[in-house]
Amino acid sequence: MEKCEKHSHSAREALAELIEQSTGQSVAKCYQCAKCSAGCPLAEDMDIPPSRLLHMVQLGLPEFDEKALKSLTIWLCLACETCSARCPKEVEIPKIMDFLRQESLRRGLAHAQAKNIISFHRAFLDSIQYLGRLFEPGMIADYKARNPRSAMQDVLTAPRLFLKGKLSPFPHAVKDRKHIARIFERAAKKEKR
Amino acid sequence: MKFGYYPGCSLSGTAREFDESLKALASAVDLQLEEIPDWNCCGSTAAHNLSHLLSLALPARVLALAEQHGLNEILAPCSACYSRLINARHQLMADEELRKEVNDLIEMNFTGSAKVLNVLEALFKVFADESTVKVVKPFDHKVACYSGCLLVRPAKVVNFDRPEDPQAMDDLIRKFGATPIDWPHKVECCGAGLTMARTDLVCKLSQKIIESAEKRGAEAIVVACPMCHANLDMRRADIEAFAGKKYSIPVIYITQAIGLAMGLGEKQLGLNRHLVPVVFPEKTKAAPAAPEAQPAQKAEE
Amino acid sequence: MSRIGVFICHCGENIASTVDVAKVAEAAAKMPGVAHAVDYKYMCSDPGQSLIKDAIKEKKLTGVVVAACSPHMHEPTFRSAAAVAGLNPFLCEMANIREHCSWVHEKSELTTEKAIELVRVMVEKVKRNKPLHPIKVPITKTALVIGGGIGGIQAGLDIANAGHKVILVEKSPSIGGHMAQLSETFPTLDCSQCILTPRMVEVARHPNITLYTYSEVESISGFIGNFKVKIRKKARGVDEKLCTGCGVCAQKCPRKKVLSEFDAGLGLRTAIYVPFPQAVPNMPVIDRKECTYYIKGKCKVCEKFCEKKAIRLDQQDEIIEADVGAIVAATGFDVKGTDFFPEYGYGKYQDVITGLQFERLASASGPTLGAIKRPSDGKTPETIVFIACAGSRDPAKGIEYCSKICCMYTAKHAMLYKHKNHGGKACVFYMDIRAGGKMYEEFVRRAIEEDGVNYIRGRVSRVYEEDGKLIVKGADSLLGGQPIEIKADMVVLATAMVANADAEELAQKLKVSYDAYHFLSEAHPKLRPVETNTAGIFLAGAVQAPKDIPETVAQASAAAAKVCGLFSSAELSRDPVIAVVNRLPPPVFSTCTGCFLCEKACPYQAIEREEIRDKKGNLLKVVARINPGLCQGCGTCVALCRVKAIDIQGFTNEQVLAEVLAL
Repeated sequence: MEKCEKHSHSAREALAELIEQSTGQSVAKCYQCAKCSAGCPLAEDMDIPPSRLLHMVQLGLPEFDEKALKSLTIWLCLACETCSARCPKEVEIPKIMDFLRQESLRRGLAHAQAKNIISFHRAFLDSIQYLGRLFEPGMIADYKARNPRSAMQDVLTAPRLFLKGKLSPFPHAVKDRKHIARIFERAAKKEKR
Repeated sequence: MKFGYYPGCSLSGTAREFDESLKALASAVDLQLEEIPDWNCCGSTAAHNLSHLLSLALPARVLALAEQHGLNEILAPCSACYSRLINARHQLMADEELRKEVNDLIEMNFTGSAKVLNVLEALFKVFADESTVKVVKPFDHKVACYSGCLLVRPAKVVNFDRPEDPQAMDDLIRKFGATPIDWPHKVECCGAGLTMARTDLVCKLSQKIIESAEKRGAEAIVVACPMCHANLDMRRADIEAFAGKKYSIPVIYITQAIGLAMGLGEKQLGLNRHLVPVVFPEKTKAAPAAPEAQPAQKAEE
Repeated sequence: MSRIGVFICHCGENIASTVDVAKVAEAAAKMPGVAHAVDYKYMCSDPGQSLIKDAIKEKKLTGVVVAACSPHMHEPTFRSAAAVAGLNPFLCEMANIREHCSWVHEKSELTTEKAIELVRVMVEKVKRNKPLHPIKVPITKTALVIGGGIGGIQAGLDIANAGHKVILVEKSPSIGGHMAQLSETFPTLDCSQCILTPRMVEVARHPNITLYTYSEVESISGFIGNFKVKIRKKARGVDEKLCTGCGVCAQKCPRKKVLSEFDAGLGLRTAIYVPFPQAVPNMPVIDRKECTYYIKGKCKVCEKFCEKKAIRLDQQDEIIEADVGAIVAATGFDVKGTDFFPEYGYGKYQDVITGLQFERLASASGPTLGAIKRPSDGKTPETIVFIACAGSRDPAKGIEYCSKICCMYTAKHAMLYKHKNHGGKACVFYMDIRAGGKMYEEFVRRAIEEDGVNYIRGRVSRVYEEDGKLIVKGADSLLGGQPIEIKADMVVLATAMVANADAEELAQKLKVSYDAYHFLSEAHPKLRPVETNTAGIFLAGAVQAPKDIPETVAQASAAAAKVCGLFSSAELSRDPVIAVVNRLPPPVFSTCTGCFLCEKACPYQAIEREEIRDKKGNLLKVVARINPGLCQGCGTCVALCRVKAIDIQGFTNEQVLAEVLAL
């Protein structure tokens, strides 16, 4: 797809190009039928429904690339795969969404309201980085530390879960924790995170 | 019959009863589950959201470990784990360069020889021989089979059942005396990993599912995914607050339903661990009629 | 002694700007066997051609080489000129110094040298050319039209009215095709059957048309002008000469609940039935799969009540053999059913129907006598959602193309519904509106502006049933992808137009190529839309690609014109550039060893076995013989023949070798 050369920022490739390089998906395939938005469970709650987000990327203009990366949409996306299951052009939107999330963080453009969603993911990965497995109480504590406003969330449910044996006070860990740590280190280095 | 076993983080924690009921069932049908030694977390939603390489490396380590221990078929009961493992395997098998990159990262040699099965596939294999279907107390209830998102999508990767109106869970539970209903929310997302960060959206989505099932006369929602179970069961109070109404329908794992039909005990199957009590209404003549699910029919042209 | 004339064309600047044409002419004049060599600005022009004609006469030339453009362009031009001057046209050849030289190289000495080489090669060939004469083949002036829809009817009538005989074969019990199922046609909203049935009757009564309904083409052999067809006339179970079409048999038939194909599954018929009241011929057919007599051996009620004693329960299929000279394939199309759509319910919702089913509802002769009613409960729908592009333009579902007619018929359906239910709500979910025909754009705007049909740009993700309503979850892309949910009473899917299930089989019987979607292939998409690559077989209508009625009728008449053109001469003239197995004097007779590898390989089944006998009638050897009427000159047998006993006239092994050696 021809990009409007005179608008392109010389230092930066268009998002559509980066998407294709990283995921193999060509946004040019999308003919804007909006079937994805029609079936997306959270389209109404997103600031930019998925079909419109894809069109923004199709334009190849830096201001729209930025809008896409700043959207709340990419963080609300549940990766439920409903969109790609029904897309007539077989565009794999979940893969594109994954890339946009990662790129958004790389450029520091994440939507303000997505802070707690991102914290949740970070807290989750922290637990795996140090233990190799999820230690739920630890992860929740981590999450709440990052989002003090959520401190009282589920405070009543937690004891019930604990009594039912669903929340263990002791973390399970992988034996070869150093191996996991190395994997995380290498990945971070390669992805320049 | 033996499968390599990948419980994943949730089956060791908040979805303990899924693990318990599966193991109880396994011993009842002479199924061996060999846990992958020193397995790590698959990365779940967090990894693929934040890091492409981690989303591949973490599952690759799990599968490489399985291969090292000679395990060819891995049962991953958690739908999210199943999805991460099978998608990573698919991507790495398709791209040799990527596979090499990830193998270097994890210092192991993933080849793809270990295949990943979801719990329904595994159960179908176990019960393929009709003699293993030993129904002691038929699970004589109308049930809403809830497959969730990841058991049947993306269709080209999981290649299991059908992505719209799936029938596998229905077929399976029918063998044990249940009557699965026809309902439109079989694969509608429950809200997944936003359970803590956006509980309001989880309530919105999960409520639709519960409402739909109850409305059509289902006495239980049968699930095969710990995330779905958590949102539909553990979050029930939040959902009721959101909707301003009460919902009493219990949410049980397919393994628990089958376990009950095969005469296993409630405690054995972990039913007491649920937040929504697993009770069934008394059978009266005035029970609401629910549309019975028919095996898929051809349209008349 | 060879006396070859060489004519180098400048082709304006096309050749002259890169090749030194004067030098080429000079070099040609020195080539052995060349008696005349000139160069000229435009050889294909009148004066250019005169140069050739004059030279042939004056210099008594035995062959001509025109070094110019591609033979695809002007070989016929120069060959006719040669013929006029009295030289056998096959003694005139072209050396392509344009596409093969001046157009692909820069101006240089090497380029000129290459041009000279190309001329030299062609001179060597032409020295060895032999005069050839077109092969005359007789023509049977009867046409076979396969398919009795509007396309077949139009083609049949046009050919018959031109004075030729037509055999029209239709596989269902009546002609009329899908057009007979329609309610009203766009853009005029003419009643479909009203404009169709007069044509159907004309076909039945036309003295030049032999109509075989409930019949199928069993096999086709032969070649243009000389096809042999076998038609299977399936057993109707009724004596055609006695039946009056009174309809008592269908009235009395106890098997009343068979799904009617004509009503697209929305209505019922009996086991012995006439598909619709205006059927031509107006004669019933017994569906043996549903008739109690054939299933259980009992009943025979129809036989009992038939006044004319026309029921023939023991009737068998009949094979009819016919000779025809041309074939028109007009077998039409099929539509996808609602079960093709997992996201719309896999066909389980009765009120989700196809466009064709909607036509039956809207049709005055349909199951609801023209009232739009829900198949589930017979109530009038208050809100109908029309989903365009259901299956078409959908690579994920395997159909990438556009079905062309749906934008128009969807607008039509919405309009018909609004005309019959003023208070009703009609919504169309669309991606684009394709209304390119005459009065088509105005038609769609009328639906939107006058009839109040609501057009929403976006597709529908899924449809499911809730509380007796169909929940349609779509989106509006013009509002940025805003999800739109509509609670409808009925959903009409504009399903994709596809080839018939047996289209592939038919194409193979006809030996006509077809594409991945099983649409039969035209010879050239722009310039030869109704011909196929198989000589003598023509296409008309949706069998070639999705199209509407005006286009089908135009194609049908075009195919008929081609057929009439074919039939306008007494004999067919065939290009003599065909393969020939050599024949020599006794005792050799031919170097052919009779291995018949060529026979197996020939794609046109043009090779026969010829028995060589002595004067007493004893068999000496069996050798291959190529049928000059069938051979297409592809050269497969020539390449395969282990003893080189086969040659192509005009491209013999000797000629080609000479060309190579001349380089």
